[in-house]
Amino acid sequence: MSKLSLYLQYPFVQYALIVGTLIALCSSLLGVTLVLKRFSFIGDGLSHVAFGAMAVAGVLRLSDDMALVLPVTVLCAVLLLRVGQNAKIQGDASVAMISVGALAFGYLLMNLFPTSSNVSGDVCSTLFGSTSILTLSLRDVWLCSVLSAVSVGAFAFFYNKIFAVTFDESFARAAGTNAGLYNLLVAVMIAVIIVLAMNLVGSLLISALVIFPALSAMRVFRSFRAVTVCSAVLSVCCALAGMLAAIAASTPVGATIVAADMAAFAAFSAAGALRRR
Amino acid sequence: MAQLTCRGLSLGYEGREIVGGLTFAVNAGDFLCIVGENGSGKSTLMKTILGLRAPLGGEIRAGDGLKRNEIGYLPQQTAVQRDFPASVREIVLSGCQSRAGLRPFYNRAEKKLAADNMEKLGLAPLAKRCYRELSGGQQQRVLLARALCATRKLLLLDEPVTGLDPKVTADFYRLIADLNARDGITVIMISHDVSAALRYASHILHIGERVFFGTRDGYLRSGPGREYLRLRGSAKGGGAT
Repeated sequence: MSKLSLYLQYPFVQYALIVGTLIALCSSLLGVTLVLKRFSFIGDGLSHVAFGAMAVAGVLRLSDDMALVLPVTVLCAVLLLRVGQNAKIQGDASVAMISVGALAFGYLLMNLFPTSSNVSGDVCSTLFGSTSILTLSLRDVWLCSVLSAVSVGAFAFFYNKIFAVTFDESFARAAGTNAGLYNLLVAVMIAVIIVLAMNLVGSLLISALVIFPALSAMRVFRSFRAVTVCSAVLSVCCALAGMLAAIAASTPVGATIVAADMAAFAAFSAAGALRRR
Repeated sequence: MAQLTCRGLSLGYEGREIVGGLTFAVNAGDFLCIVGENGSGKSTLMKTILGLRAPLGGEIRAGDGLKRNEIGYLPQQTAVQRDFPASVREIVLSGCQSRAGLRPFYNRAEKKLAADNMEKLGLAPLAKRCYRELSGGQQQRVLLARALCATRKLLLLDEPVTGLDPKVTADFYRLIADLNARDGITVIMISHDVSAALRYASHILHIGERVFFGTRDGYLRSGPGREYLRLRGSAKGGGAT
């Protein structure tokens, strides 16, 4: 306990907690829509694309890898959304293709042009999150705060439309709502959040942050608003608990947060089963 | 002037025509049933009327004060909806989305409209219930209440009784006939249930190899209508022996 309070005095730990909380909040809000629209695979695919882009940025020795990773991931989000709705190419197969391709390409590049002597360490930290959450600068914190505020603001402003499009796209289109635009908005927002979350939990574990809180909330709650609010609260709690536990027990941050999400899912499933009885 | 006029409409996918030369008009208070075999283009026609896809040729015009986004649409249920965590109230209220425009919340008038429509369809006691826990008939009534929030003039129903048992089906048809007769709402309904179409419709549009549009009585005297009656007669005869 004293170890924890000692750590909490350091600014880099405080930064990590702020960024982690914000990312958990944003990812869980969009997670509800993604899970309900059967788009969770897009989140998974995008995280692999972000990994590939990160590898390219590393090879090019860009000082600011965000400048490359963010646009590439957003672009892929738009592409995947298009392909997902195109019946000609199997939507899920093309997502699998792109995500595995990006993963392999990124790993290949990191091995061909190693930027440090410890390639497998680099790969591991990009995939499963690293201590880089503890090396955030004040600028990173600001960037993350602004992007999160924009995401949450956009979600709140378009909440009713996002609900309408998620529940019934053809009705929304018939009522004159530009469903394509809202799908695009959600895809771009999820791409931004995934890139932000890479530092926290690593690209393989991001999907957990998106999917688990939404699925847990759906086990218990029965209205869209309750599910959304519960998912956000739960995600923030799990992220905070996971980060604090990781600091106290010196475990990997990303994996600990996901473990907390899994525990919450188990608890909510049990609660849902009891309630239905 | 008619609420909806289609002239020389040609429908299909990627340049391949499924059905062509559709010309018909729907006036205020009409009850039009669109019948035809599977794959004859019924759903495509409905999507075209709603402006969800463009026709290959011909034109659709809305008139008599009707705007294209004022059509209350009752789509077929999707797999996504069957286990969707949303309350009845949330879904009915989403019918007001075109009224709200870019406003991020629903105002008092829209909330009252939703409440009134729930009351009208007997959904008020279910307002807080979860959609996925309702029976099939209740779910259809929720979607109908949502459609009523989107329109006061014209309802478009796409196979609304699919999967409902006979009693619930009859109740649902009666509800629609009531809305048509009492509230003067124009109804366009897609159905493969021709006997129901003949019971409730004022006009029939039969699409397929032969196209027919006209009143219900005209349909019974027409080629496609007589053929249907003959088929039904022989099916009945076959069942008796």
